Amino acid sequence: MDVSQYLDIFLDESREHLQNLNTNVLALEQDSENMDTINEIFRTAHTLKGMAGTMGYKRMQNLTHDMENVFSEVRDGNIKVTSSMVDTLFQCLDALEEYVTTIQETSDEGDNDNQPIINALNACLDAKGGEAPKEEAPKKSKKGGKKAKEAAPEEKAEKAASEVTAIQLNEDEQKAVEDAMLANKKLYSVLVKVQENCLLKAARAFLVFKAIEEFGEVVAANPSTQDIEDENFEFEFKVLIAADGELDPIIAAIKSVSEIADAFGGIFEGGSVESGETEENAAPEAAAPAEKEQEAKKETHEAKTTEVAKTESAAPAKSGGNAPAKKAAGKPAVNRTVRVDIEKLDSLMNLVSELIIAKNSLVSSATSMGNNNSQLNDHIEYLESVTTNLHESVMKVRMVPIESVVTKFPRMIRDLSKKLNKPIELYMTGEETELDRTVVDEIGDPLMHLLRNSADHGIESPEERASRGKPEVGSIYLDAYQDGNNVVIEVKDDGNGIDVDAVRRKAVERGVLTEDQAAAADDNEIINLLFMPSFSTAKQVTDVSGRGVGLDVVKSKIESLSGEVDVKTKLGEGSTFSIRLPLTLAIIQALMVVVGNEKYAMALGGIQTIEDINPSDIKTVQGNEVINLRGNVIPLIRLDHVVGVESTRAEDENMVVVIARKGDKLAGFVVDELIGQQEIVIKSMGKYINKCKFISGATILGDGEIALIIDANALI
Amino acid sequence: MENELAISKAGYDDNNVVTTTQYIVIALGTEQYGIDIKYIDNIVRMQQITRVPQVSPYWKGVINLRGEVIPVMSLRVKMGLESDVETKNSRIIIIKQDQHEPIGVLVDSVKEVVTLSSNQVEKVTGEAKEDGYVSGIGKQETGLISLLDIEQVMQDM
Repeated sequence: MDVSQYLDIFLDESREHLQNLNTNVLALEQDSENMDTINEIFRTAHTLKGMAGTMGYKRMQNLTHDMENVFSEVRDGNIKVTSSMVDTLFQCLDALEEYVTTIQETSDEGDNDNQPIINALNACLDAKGGEAPKEEAPKKSKKGGKKAKEAAPEEKAEKAASEVTAIQLNEDEQKAVEDAMLANKKLYSVLVKVQENCLLKAARAFLVFKAIEEFGEVVAANPSTQDIEDENFEFEFKVLIAADGELDPIIAAIKSVSEIADAFGGIFEGGSVESGETEENAAPEAAAPAEKEQEAKKETHEAKTTEVAKTESAAPAKSGGNAPAKKAAGKPAVNRTVRVDIEKLDSLMNLVSELIIAKNSLVSSATSMGNNNSQLNDHIEYLESVTTNLHESVMKVRMVPIESVVTKFPRMIRDLSKKLNKPIELYMTGEETELDRTVVDEIGDPLMHLLRNSADHGIESPEERASRGKPEVGSIYLDAYQDGNNVVIEVKDDGNGIDVDAVRRKAVERGVLTEDQAAAADDNEIINLLFMPSFSTAKQVTDVSGRGVGLDVVKSKIESLSGEVDVKTKLGEGSTFSIRLPLTLAIIQALMVVVGNEKYAMALGGIQTIEDINPSDIKTVQGNEVINLRGNVIPLIRLDHVVGVESTRAEDENMVVVIARKGDKLAGFVVDELIGQQEIVIKSMGKYINKCKFISGATILGDGEIALIIDANALI
Repeated sequence: MENELAISKAGYDDNNVVTTTQYIVIALGTEQYGIDIKYIDNIVRMQQITRVPQVSPYWKGVINLRGEVIPVMSLRVKMGLESDVETKNSRIIIIKQDQHEPIGVLVDSVKEVVTLSSNQVEKVTGEAKEDGYVSGIGKQETGLISLLDIEQVMQDM
């Protein structure tokens, strides 16, 4: 059987399990007594080990095995969770992640045994000796634990042996059995039970076969090997093994496969216990194997016919009787998700865009035909609501929670905290906030940069914090929330904040600004210098940050996603970096306006109100026009000046002002006419003509005309 | 700008093989230019061009070509001639190159398609080539055609 078809699933699942382990080990460090966490870790580690084994990744399996041993001791209360142990565990998780990455790249786990980590893990086990003296020596108890686990099935095995040894053999298998006997091998019959919620029974079975091959050979299986490969079995199957050694290690190996509920068996007697050879079976091990097997062979021939008839009637009855009952008892949760290639979603989205353009054309032809056909209008309205819903649904399909990106951060902050010798806590909210898949894939790095920045530059040393009267433990907050058509992700720390004057001095020092320019620039302009390439104020270059790459990468990455980064800071109190990202990149609700004789679209998301303003209400503050709107002083932006056309309104005529908001800033955009709200499809204008910052794209209107999209955020 | 073109007699190709190329002949004012047909995706009639603010003057704006937004440039302005006058003969030639996004080029009119063999083309070399968009001169009974170096025009944006 080929395992490559399971590789993707293996990689996905391993990553999931590793992430799970990371999260739980972190939780364990906080609350080392929590049995739920320990059990969860143990289970996950065990599953991971089984998966690695199935896929034949021995090194990964060994490492996980040793890790599992540590957890098993922790679970039994034999050793206590210590900080150094958690460090070792994290190293171990990193190493496992490395295996997974290597496997993804090369389909092979590489040749790094990670012996130091294995040694460290074993040291954790040995440490137990001192802490729990009443137990036996660590190594022994490890074995002991295992033995104990095996003991129970052994007893069961004896009881079940008679049932188990009944195995159907076809002629080829019979031949194989005879050969094995001639070769002086021992024959064992084993019943393997797979967990009922197991999704990949065939894969698990394959793993069982592989495990068995370590010890011997599978001479027969019931159902047949082919059926097992095709998952044509309920939750159990029987195998006949020819091996040189004992049965116990084989059973243990089988049970180490994840999602295997149980395995037990006994010595195979050629025929069957049921067929009446009990006297001879009484002391199977005492008899000389060769002789015994020779005998058994002869008997097999005789017993074959009756045996086959018996098992055939027995087997279906058993599966028929047991299986449905089991199913009813614990119905496995059915996985109701589908994995879809993102490209298929992209093409679906494109089709929806086309549909919306077509719908817009229809709307505009209907309008030009006049309003006298109410039936047509009804249909068009219905079509509009359907296309809008369709668009929303397709968009939702593409949305994933940012959780998948941010869950790795607590671990990262913990490591940084240790490395930098600053106690730091990370508080996260809004992990469930959803963003377009393509955006989520890209924001991991920028967020990591910002968090590293906060940890390294933001949070002060504990002594400094103490002297400032702050709690010694620094706090970093990662908050995500939806704000209209945007998603905002904030990275906030209660550290030192940005020393604007230091940045100013640095700018002069680096020759970025002249002294005069630096003196004239306001704080915001200075802070924005931090986003320039190679501008770092960290006095020391650490390997965390301070090489001058980071913030500029953050900015360019976010801008490439049509988002923006904003900083607020107060010296001594901390800084907040906020990333604002559009919810969707393709279709938006827009307000259509006229400036001069040209039509423009403005994203509806940021628009607060539309005001009718008398020109006499305009005041001038520092040479800029502002209006006082219900107590808010709002700067005015005349779009006719911005786009370079003549306004069609007379000087003294009332003005239409669109009030838009970006973060906590407001601005009023003066337009000539309003057309109305419309769903528009954003089209790129290509790289040649996209030089102007405040035009974010173009859209095709219902009549085929093109309107440009004004990015209000770029003007505020 | 010096109008002297350094023309070299390139009567024969290296291998003495005469190749032929098809050109679309367009008019800008009184002059005729040829564009290699392999770059041309389409020729469309004049249509409404949406102006785009704050771009170089030779960009006329964008048009809607069957649902795609395509930028349109004025070849006249680009070549340093006086700006376009729209007539019913005005055409937009859609140029598509493998690595580039398509663009439209606004011309006064489209005349004909000619086939020139390589020995009818005089290559433009030296200084004149470096700062101009003309890669060669095609000779015909009806007159001379300046052959446009489209790749150079596209690179220069």
